[in-house]
Amino acid sequence: MNPSVDALRRVFGPRIGRALVSCGDTIVYVDAGRVAEALRWLKETPGQQYNYLVDVTAVEYRDPERPLEVVYELFSLDRRAALRVKAELSKDRLEIDSLVPLWAGANWLEREVYDMFGITFRGHPDLRRILMWETYAEGHPLRKDFPLRGRFSRAEQVRQALGANPEAHYSMDELSIAETYHELPEDMRERLARGERGVIPEPGRERGRE
Amino acid sequence: MGLSPGHATPGPESRVLSGMSPNWMTTKLDFLVNWARTSSLWPMPFGTACCAIEFMATAASRFDLARFGMERMAFSPRQSDVLICAGRLPFKLAPVIRRIYDQMTQPKWVISMGACASTGGIFDNYAMVQGIDTVVPVDVYVPGCPPRPEGLLYGILLLHKKIRGETVVDGSLRQERPLDETGLRLPPDEVDELSEPFGNSIHQTRSA
Repeated sequence: MNPSVDALRRVFGPRIGRALVSCGDTIVYVDAGRVAEALRWLKETPGQQYNYLVDVTAVEYRDPERPLEVVYELFSLDRRAALRVKAELSKDRLEIDSLVPLWAGANWLEREVYDMFGITFRGHPDLRRILMWETYAEGHPLRKDFPLRGRFSRAEQVRQALGANPEAHYSMDELSIAETYHELPEDMRERLARGERGVIPEPGRERGRE
Repeated sequence: MGLSPGHATPGPESRVLSGMSPNWMTTKLDFLVNWARTSSLWPMPFGTACCAIEFMATAASRFDLARFGMERMAFSPRQSDVLICAGRLPFKLAPVIRRIYDQMTQPKWVISMGACASTGGIFDNYAMVQGIDTVVPVDVYVPGCPPRPEGLLYGILLLHKKIRGETVVDGSLRQERPLDETGLRLPPDEVDELSEPFGNSIHQTRSA
């Protein structure tokens, strides 16, 4: 058992749930509301120094009663120690604090978890789909209630895919050209103003259909 | 060596034709055009997966695509003749390959290399196009996972055979067929039928 677990219990008390060792790795469960705080403590406290966020991912179990888990893989480059932190989320409230203020590298990792599982990260600066295209309307593919071949017919999937504009995925903000907008060529201005990215489904509506 | 430009060296056998210029010949127009087309098929490589590795092996010295006039990879679709889709095609890339196909100038052909490009292969899931023929017309399907270079070369030779059977008189062969008003290349039920599970795949729609 990684000694960081006992240190966490001393600081956060009952907010730290069960801990176990699996295949030599220590797993510790932290209350979902306090996980950002606990990870900040693990990163910044001398003697802990888990300064590298290896991965953020999530797990949904086959048992429908069991909550989703968000998994944080931490590693201390100085101490060469690893710790796996998990937070449980009930399926009717898939929200957790973003770690982007703590690790900039969490940005795309959390976007992937949002894309695949539909978990909302509070405070994320740019929570968009990252693997599926932004107008993807079939839901979140790694959820257990998601059909393997998708919700739409193959013809509808091909139609929607062919309807996408490969160049339309860059918004003004992403291109960082907002201030020089008036200097752009006419056709480019027209294209950017039109917003060719299509109808982006709202997260709330998607969750309603699942 | 006193050779005048454009003329063959005078030899004993050329005396027979000494009254004629050596710079002309008679043939069929179709034969000549098709010979020219088969002999310099510039590929537009669209490599998305492991098939692209076999495609590179086919292009490299051991198997040597240059033997067929194909050593010049045209990374501009406007200067290419045959689109080789080497690997699986996710839905996210479907508009890209369609755009590339539309940008290619006639005459153009498509080789679907490998199981995934031809049928979706093992990727019978939400993210993958179940055969690129639902997106672009395909001339030759090369089976295999991935196909050996010999397999791809055989497919290329089959395409040569197909081209040799074409005629310049038939304009419909070279006609552009853009997506119709439904946004598809084929009727929707045909796309559904083409996308049906294939081979040893099963009709799995739910994970539980």
